[in-house]
Amino acid sequence: MKAKIYITFKPGVLDPQGKAVQHALASLGFNEVQDARIGKFIELKLNGVERAKAEADVKQMCEKLLANTVIESYRYELE
Amino acid sequence: MKFGILVFPGSNCDWDSYNVVTKVLKQKAQFVWHKESKLPKVDCVIVPGGFSYGDHLRTGAIARFSPIMKEVVPFAKAGGRVLGICNGFQILTESGLLPGVLMRNRDLKFVCETVSLKVANHRTAFTKKYERGARIRIPIAHGEGNYFADEETLNRLEGEGRVAFRYDGVNPNGSQRDIAGIMNENGNVLGMMPHPERCSEKILGNEDGRKVFESLIM
Repeated sequence: MKAKIYITFKPGVLDPQGKAVQHALASLGFNEVQDARIGKFIELKLNGVERAKAEADVKQMCEKLLANTVIESYRYELE
Repeated sequence: MKFGILVFPGSNCDWDSYNVVTKVLKQKAQFVWHKESKLPKVDCVIVPGGFSYGDHLRTGAIARFSPIMKEVVPFAKAGGRVLGICNGFQILTESGLLPGVLMRNRDLKFVCETVSLKVANHRTAFTKKYERGARIRIPIAHGEGNYFADEETLNRLEGEGRVAFRYDGVNPNGSQRDIAGIMNENGNVLGMMPHPERCSEKILGNEDGRKVFESLIM
């Protein structure tokens, strides 16, 4: 089973890297870009777990290590 | 008085701290490797600067799970003094001993320069040797020193006098409310991005940081 985890800054948290990318896109002529937010994508390969357990475990992994919930939110997909 | 100085893979200010404690302050110090599961009997723990675990995932995020941190957290909760400098500050926020988080610098650059600071609270275990409102110059060297916390936390930190140092004049990294160093609720844990251990001796041309260590001596 694979867990695909997306970690992004919470709304309201300034993302200086995203801002820089937005400006770079604007200078390329893509003026429709209103905002850019940069996050992390983490893919985990899970072995020998039931879906329900995997679900619970991945949530714990995000809470305890993968995301800093002061500034980041996360979501994940299992497949 | 005895200091324990933690050493993680990637720590690089451990010897600077050791030098200040033993040569300048003439106190005892012992290095404590991060794999140790027992903290020796010390009066103060220094979490030094560096790039623990190569800053992977987030600064301080992996170091916080080192075996020694399982000892440092209860030591701090029991009132033991803990000084986290630069990466040490990042490790303390990740471990939950201090609120907030240190984000990427506003200008996305690693900043290495001497900055002006104001002692925002001189009545603390870490700053009591400074005069009220003292202005000092201390070097910084970090890419992630941009202090962030929600409004409520910031108001609380300020209201309770837990902001120990603020950037004075120029804010080098975008920190909210110019915060350069904060303390925990009980005032026994301090995290700061500037490096007092790099400016505590005459030969280095700047002794403004020495009072942080002198304040700690009991």
